[in-house]
Amino acid sequence: MSPLDFLADLTNPDLAFLPKALAVAVMSAIMCGVVGCYVVLRGMAFIGDAVAHAVFPGLAVAFVLSGSLVLGGVTAGVITALLVAVFSQNRRIKEDSVIGIFFVAAFALGIVIISRAPGYAGSLQQFLFGSITGIPDRDLFVVGGTGLVLVLAVVLLHKELVAVTLDREMARALGLPVFWLDVILYVLVTLAVVMAVQTIGNILVLALLVTPAAAARLLTDRLIVMMLLAPAIGAGSALVGLYLSWSWDLPVGGTVVLVLTAVFLLAYLLAPRHGVLTRLVRTT
Amino acid sequence: MTVLALENVTVRLGGRLALEDVTMSVARGEFTALLGPNGAGKTTLLRAALGLTPLSSGKATITSAGYVPQRHEFAWDFPASVQDVVLSGLVRRIGLFRRPRVTHWTAVWDALDRVRLAGLRNRPIGELSGGQRQRVLVARALALDPAVLLLDEPFTGLDMPSQEVLTALFGTLARERAVLMATHDLAAAAYTCDRLVLINRSVVAAGAPEELRDREVWMRTFQVGADSHLLKALGI
Repeated sequence: MSPLDFLADLTNPDLAFLPKALAVAVMSAIMCGVVGCYVVLRGMAFIGDAVAHAVFPGLAVAFVLSGSLVLGGVTAGVITALLVAVFSQNRRIKEDSVIGIFFVAAFALGIVIISRAPGYAGSLQQFLFGSITGIPDRDLFVVGGTGLVLVLAVVLLHKELVAVTLDREMARALGLPVFWLDVILYVLVTLAVVMAVQTIGNILVLALLVTPAAAARLLTDRLIVMMLLAPAIGAGSALVGLYLSWSWDLPVGGTVVLVLTAVFLLAYLLAPRHGVLTRLVRTT
Repeated sequence: MTVLALENVTVRLGGRLALEDVTMSVARGEFTALLGPNGAGKTTLLRAALGLTPLSSGKATITSAGYVPQRHEFAWDFPASVQDVVLSGLVRRIGLFRRPRVTHWTAVWDALDRVRLAGLRNRPIGELSGGQRQRVLVARALALDPAVLLLDEPFTGLDMPSQEVLTALFGTLARERAVLMATHDLAAAAYTCDRLVLINRSVVAAGAPEELRDREVWMRTFQVGADSHLLKALGI
């Protein structure tokens, strides 16, 4: 299928779910790209994965009760993030162990809850691997509005988040509320994950969080550039991934992630200053 | 004028007594070295003075302080330039939801001037040498124009030329404010600092280097014998 056919399908009123899926995928990729920069720079990939799994019981409860998936996911994600933050204050158990305990527990709870719902296997697969059908109109506004809030928060708290990421000890000495800035960042990660879960799925969402930001990091040494590049890479990959999945009848989540991975590998090899091949060419 | 004072300060960390009944002060214009073996409580003392560690008892008073934590505590792989890092020291002064103004950038550039890094202000921090990195952290602390600079092991892992540049810089800075430096480099401290404070959980001795010629004091602080090379290096 040519890009032109894809465009025709996007505007075909019989396929109204397709442009909606594209809009949600692109918007959530932008959100994940922005907060993903902090996930990558702070080495929080495991936390990102944890949050992605932790939203599952909330989604399951919302699904069983036919409530708002977004609200359910955010609630569960935030509760788990707070539990991790509180339990990590005990220095005898390291943070990664605490995360390991709570996110699997949350995921297990989600599986138990959703097993009570009718149509168990189908809905489970949809949650885990994403789906482009069945996105209600309301969700477009929810995702768009959440995206604006998230970007605004990152812009407004930019210098505080940078200071905490650079040097926690110094941030404490300066009197910054380090704990609360951590909590805000966890909540932002949770929001981005929940928005992305519908189209890309629970398991693959980590790629949207980590891969664009990591690729962007390879391409620049400036944070501002990185925070513009990462969402651009994420959104572009979501668009290309959705197009490929639509034309070849491939699963959306998997295709988007593979496109992202290809972009990352290209950046790894060809980045202007730090690319592996670029360096090889320069030294010969 | 006293810019930092600890009075009978006791600190417990996880049930362990890290500092016991420490009383000391630092005056303006003084370059003071904090000496002691590993685990003697040097970092804890600095953190207690800054209010980062709660005191079990006693009192800590400090006028505006600039803190230079150990270099490895810092995310050197972060995509930031030298001036970005120095600006991050002003984050509270700039204020929540506000952008840096001209006065803040002037403070950043002045601080970089002081540590002789003005020419590298746009350099990514990942590309700096160890000595340059240490000077960036000093500039970040200086941007607030503090009355006292607290340095935690600033020489660790640096080569001799970098150490010399930094020592000269600290000497200059000490003349206009005060510098308190935790260090392992006893010989350099004895040679360059105005005052030495020997601690091992509590203050063992304090005074000008020439007043601390008693071997017993050094042996007690560092738990070494009379034939230790440490005493020979100090020439006592």
